[in-house]
Amino acid sequence: MKLSKKLLLIIISFFSLALCVLASLAFGARFVSFNEVLNTLIHSRMTTINEIVVHERIPRTVFGIIAGGAFGVSGALMQSITRNPIADPSILGVNTGATLFVVGGIAFLGINSPEEYIFLALIGAAITAVFVYGIGSMGPGGATPIKLALAGAAISAALSSLVSAIIMPREQVMNAVRFWQVGSISGATWEGIVTVLPFLIIGLLLGLIVTPALDALAMGDDIATGLGVRVGTVRLIGAMSGVLLCGAITALAGPIGFVGLMVPHTMRLICGPNLRWIVPMSALGGAILLTLSDVLGRLIGSPGELEVGIVTAFIGAPILIMIAIRAKGRTL
Amino acid sequence: MKRLKANHIVAGYDKKIIIDGIDITIPDNKISVIIGANACGKSTLLKTLARLIKPNSGELLLDGKKISEIPPKQLAQILGLLPQSPVVPEGITVADLVARGRFPYQSFLKGLSAKDYEAVEEALEIMGITDLANRCVDELSGGQRQRVWIAMALAQQTDILLLDEPTTYLDITYQVEILDLLTDLNRKRGTTIVMVLHDINLSARYADHIFALHKGKLVAQGAPSEIITEELIKKVFNLDCSVIKDPVSGSPFIVPKGRHHVKLNAS
Repeated sequence: MKLSKKLLLIIISFFSLALCVLASLAFGARFVSFNEVLNTLIHSRMTTINEIVVHERIPRTVFGIIAGGAFGVSGALMQSITRNPIADPSILGVNTGATLFVVGGIAFLGINSPEEYIFLALIGAAITAVFVYGIGSMGPGGATPIKLALAGAAISAALSSLVSAIIMPREQVMNAVRFWQVGSISGATWEGIVTVLPFLIIGLLLGLIVTPALDALAMGDDIATGLGVRVGTVRLIGAMSGVLLCGAITALAGPIGFVGLMVPHTMRLICGPNLRWIVPMSALGGAILLTLSDVLGRLIGSPGELEVGIVTAFIGAPILIMIAIRAKGRTL
Repeated sequence: MKRLKANHIVAGYDKKIIIDGIDITIPDNKISVIIGANACGKSTLLKTLARLIKPNSGELLLDGKKISEIPPKQLAQILGLLPQSPVVPEGITVADLVARGRFPYQSFLKGLSAKDYEAVEEALEIMGITDLANRCVDELSGGQRQRVWIAMALAQQTDILLLDEPTTYLDITYQVEILDLLTDLNRKRGTTIVMVLHDINLSARYADHIFALHKGKLVAQGAPSEIITEELIKKVFNLDCSVIKDPVSGSPFIVPKGRHHVKLNAS
């Protein structure tokens, strides 16, 4: 892709993100005009009801941007590590593992704060990832993309049935985790964001460090070794980064699907196969998609709201089908 | 001085031993070809030299240093590799793919330097694919694609280049073309080339030095004109043949004998 085209893409993306942020602050149960939103932000006043409403929407908007970006990067890394273009963070069982641990914590340990969720979610995500990676590495050839994908799918299925087994007989747990099971960012608070931020920063740094090596890995393990890549180490760090990014967000927002799947795939079609571009552009694209979906959920579900996880699934499914058909046409 | 050496290498997959105690010294600035029947361990030997397979025992030395102790990126600046079936990332252009050969020279998140671009351009030129630079690799023919992969290995600018069956699956025209290009590279840059080839006659023509493997052991090595004999071919490939002079190059040329098609007046 030419540099001028890339610059244009970046400008359009930032502009779209700005619009989404504005919309996210304006729309909801109470509509605040764009002018008023801008004025509130500039003067940072909190006197009228409208101004208070806008301020209350800021943490959720900020979290939407962070969560979307994290899912985008996590998906890009996972797809690259498994060499599977339709892999998303749940491919390593990360989402389901996190879900199981949090649900277990709520049911058996009486846990109910984001700080506690996050540690359980991260532990669950990490254990599952290691477990899936271990199973995927068995036998000759090590952790091949196909074996990883199969191991991830199998473990995911097993863990989801465990989650259901825990939730079904417990009505109060079911109520507590219902929103959480679908994925929603409506409950985001500054405290929650601050809690997950260190994990996200470490995850992002690890991801950026291995990005060039993952580009080499895309050509096969043998080529990568020949280019001086420590294949096992790079895969492990990449997976850790993906787990941290996805696990931390899942802890706060629940399992929001399709963002990590859709965004990197779209970016690959637009920017070409270089991860140096795909990773940062997936962060931007994920932020746009999640913020936009959240706004749509508020508009569609008005006067209440539709959880963002439902919206991303609705947008994601047809787009994924479209991508799959187009991609197939390209190779034929 | 000989740069790449293997001392008493034993290697294989899992518990199965495929190469069983091979001592090998790669002649510098020459083209060496490893030949042998299927499953004799020729690919395994090359993969071991390329550190894709860890030997069960024995040691690999580069410039007198153990290869396992050299940092991978530093090693990748000296020892390049083209494996048998590399993956073409979907939608990648020729120039982008060749540029990935510069990985060993790149530091954290820094883009390509002027030197990197120079190396890429030079590699494209040597392989005669400069005009394909902006094409998608998926769209190219098998022969062109192989030239792109070799260009990637060239952009790596290593003194030693290992290639695992670089001509397999190619039409005879492209086989000769690829081998000619590798010879150019060896003559012009002095690049030490080690490759596995299937075709004995092309090996005898293009190699300066041949390593003949049989059942995991090195059974003969030397210049093709010295070692390619009817006895060696019988031993290594279990094939009866006549060895004549290649009318084009003067190198040994084997003519296999089967059970049919034998002239009545043949001696």
